[in-house]
Amino acid sequence: MSMTRNDGGMPDFAGEPTSTFRSDVSDGIRDALPILFAVAPFAAVFGAIALENGLSFGELLLTSMSINAGASQFVMLDLLGQGVPAWSIVLTVFAVNFRHVLYSAAVGRHLSKFTTLQKALAFFVLVDPQYAAAERRAGRDGLRPAYYFSFAAAIYIVWITSNCIGAAFGSLIENPAAFGLDVMLPIYFAGLVAGFHTRRGFGVILVVSAAASTLAFHTIGSPWHITIGGLCGLAAAALLSRPKGEASHG
Amino acid sequence: MDNTVLIICLCALATYLTRTGGHLILSRFGALHHRAEAALDAVPVAVLTALVAPAATTEGPAEAIAIILAGVLTLRFSLIISVSAVILRVVALRSRGR
Repeated sequence: MSMTRNDGGMPDFAGEPTSTFRSDVSDGIRDALPILFAVAPFAAVFGAIALENGLSFGELLLTSMSINAGASQFVMLDLLGQGVPAWSIVLTVFAVNFRHVLYSAAVGRHLSKFTTLQKALAFFVLVDPQYAAAERRAGRDGLRPAYYFSFAAAIYIVWITSNCIGAAFGSLIENPAAFGLDVMLPIYFAGLVAGFHTRRGFGVILVVSAAASTLAFHTIGSPWHITIGGLCGLAAAALLSRPKGEASHG
Repeated sequence: MDNTVLIICLCALATYLTRTGGHLILSRFGALHHRAEAALDAVPVAVLTALVAPAATTEGPAEAIAIILAGVLTLRFSLIISVSAVILRVVALRSRGR
C-alpha cells in the first residue's frame, strides 16, 4: 500500500489516502451547508441578546467559544440576568446539556480511527447536528477524522462569526420567523430522524420518545422533556432487543 | 464582572463533562449486553425525536405538518432537498399570512 504525502500542506490524519481525505473534507463541508443557514441567524440573535443583557463583547466570545452549545447559552444568559446563584446556573446548563452524555456514549463507538487528542477535540464540538451527521456518516461511509472535523470547523467558524455580526448589527434582525428560521432546526432534525428508519425498532422508538417528550414538556417542562423522552426511547429499544443471532419472530 | 467570567468557564466545563462523560463511563465496560447496545443504537432516533416533538405539537398545525413532511420527504429524496423544500413552503405560506 503506497502512502501518498499530502501536497497541499494539509494535516496528515493517520495516513489516510489523499483521495479519501479530500472527499471526506468536501463531504463534511457539503453536509454542514444546510445547517449553517440555521446556525448563522441563531448565533446572530445570541450575539445581539448577549450584549443587550449586559455581557461585554469579550464575555460573549468566551461564552460561545468555550461552551459552544446554543440552547444552554440562552438559558445561562437568562439566568445571569435574574441574579440566580452561580451553582444553580451551572447545574441548569448541565441539565440542558445532559442529552450530550447519550451522544457521547453512542458516538464514542464510532471514533476508533481517532487519536486520543482527536477524541478530546471531537467531544468538544459534539453539538446536536454534529452528532447526527457523525452517526449518519458512520452508518454509510465510515466516520473518519477528516469528515468529522471539516463538518465541525464549518459550523464553529460560522457560529463565532455570526455571533460577532449579531453583536454588531443585532437590531437589524427584526423577525427571524418570516424566513422560516425558527422551524429550520426542527425540520432538519425531523429529516435526520427519518434517515434512520432502517434501524431496528424505529417506529416504536419514535412513538415512545415523541409521546414521552411531549408529555414531559407539558408537565415537568423544558429542558427535561429532551432527556426524559430520549431515555424512554432507549428503554423501549432495550426492551425490544434480542440477543444477536437469534431469529426475530414476526 | 469577574464573577460572570467564572460562571461562563464553569458552564463550559459542565458542558464538556456531558460531552466526554458518556464515552468515558462506557469505555470502562468491555463487551456490552445486547440491550445496552440496542439502547445506544437508538440514541439518534430517541433523542432527536424528543428534541423535536414539542415543536411539532405546540407551534401550530402548519409547523406540525412541515416537520412530519420533512421526515416523509427524506425517505424518498436527499436530506438537503427535503429540508430546503419544506423551508421554502413554510416561508411561502407565512408570507401569505397562512
